[in-house]
Amino acid sequence: MTGRVVIVGSGIGGVRTAQALRSLGYAGQLVLVGEETEPPYDRPPLSKDFLVGRRDADAVSLLSHQEAAEAGISLRLGVPAERIVPKEKSLVLGNGEVLPYDVCVVATGASARPSAWNKLDGVHVLRSMADGQALRERLRQWREVAVIGGGFIGSEVAATARSLGLGVTVIDPLPLPMQRSLGATVAELVADLHHRNGVTTRFGTGVESVDNRGMRLDLRLSDGATLTTDAVVLGIGAVPNDGWLTGSGLPVSNGLLCDEFCRVQGRDDIFGVGDVTRWYSPRYDGHVRVEHWTNAVEQARCVAHNIVFPDQLTAYEAIEYVWTDQYDWKIQVAGQPAHPRVESEAVVGDFAGPRPRGAVLYGDTTGALCGAVTVNWPRAITLCRQALSVRAPYQEALRAVTGPRR
Amino acid sequence: MRICEGFANCVSAAPDLFDIDDDDRVIVLQADLDATERARVEEAIRSCPVAALTIADT
Repeated sequence: MTGRVVIVGSGIGGVRTAQALRSLGYAGQLVLVGEETEPPYDRPPLSKDFLVGRRDADAVSLLSHQEAAEAGISLRLGVPAERIVPKEKSLVLGNGEVLPYDVCVVATGASARPSAWNKLDGVHVLRSMADGQALRERLRQWREVAVIGGGFIGSEVAATARSLGLGVTVIDPLPLPMQRSLGATVAELVADLHHRNGVTTRFGTGVESVDNRGMRLDLRLSDGATLTTDAVVLGIGAVPNDGWLTGSGLPVSNGLLCDEFCRVQGRDDIFGVGDVTRWYSPRYDGHVRVEHWTNAVEQARCVAHNIVFPDQLTAYEAIEYVWTDQYDWKIQVAGQPAHPRVESEAVVGDFAGPRPRGAVLYGDTTGALCGAVTVNWPRAITLCRQALSVRAPYQEALRAVTGPRR
Repeated sequence: MRICEGFANCVSAAPDLFDIDDDDRVIVLQADLDATERARVEEAIRSCPVAALTIADT
């Protein structure tokens, strides 16, 4: 096709969609709209290497101005999309400019979940490069920090802060860190890992209030305990950036509703990619929204294909895959280890020694592998991802992981 | 310096071209690629979270 594709969102989903369109031979105009002024950058390092100071802004770039120019991608940065008018096939930007499109891709991502404490001095979230820069500077000034939320961001920030020598307390109403993603077995090991590294955890405990008392913050917890600390990092999840679509007539319900081809329901000229997208998954026979980096990349590839080849639409089917790096553990997760229909579980390898390397595999009630978590064992997670993609039996996947080296 | 961390997204994108060995390192199964494969290879390369892969044009 020719004409003009306008992509809204300059994160990984938007950038990869633009690049894939060019790889597939799309020769029309390509405009990438981004709210932030920085050239597109990658988010995963913000809570790890960037935060600790091992990588700088240049090293997390996704698409420089020069690379964009070479690929014929026109960058419109520092201006948000204000609304979309599907009837007129046009996008209205925050500065009033109207951008007509032939195809629009919505890749506006997600934001840190709002809370009553966001506005307090000393309370931080971590989502954008600006958040990361602020946190990186402050981590060198504080002596101790309380992390509210034991999910991926909270746990990674806790590990990073400990590595910088801060006193760290992690508070979460759930009994274990990242349990919904990792399953209980590895979540328990990760809790121990944090304890061994000197993190104080208050799992099973909520936060009732956070008050700024001059230079310090006072936290009151649900069990009546109080805690005084230099700063708070909130890691309480994210919400899709779909508010700007309100009033457009597009179907929005905790994300932009799309069909299995990632086309907005009822339209063939608007697509969704990444965290903001809730698409119909044939695999789960329902609408799902996934906030993983790899999902955005794979969905971008599928959407670019469906834009360039509308007569050969491909349904988007992907196996969930996410990783986290904490201390000397590289944790990789595929599928759904905490799926409600988990029936079998196998622990392979060694999680306790000086060089931990292990895997936990999960089988569902149909006898298929439904999820896997590995620690420092990329070969095993690769085998499990391959097994998941062909719905291989759990026992077969287990044999592959425990089989002889190759 | 070893860049590959064993994310295996390249294997997921193009299992006939890439694999991860028992030392958790990416291996290229097929080095000489047909020009018609280029789009697929570029996509596999862009799926790497640490940009460990590039195409060497010869």
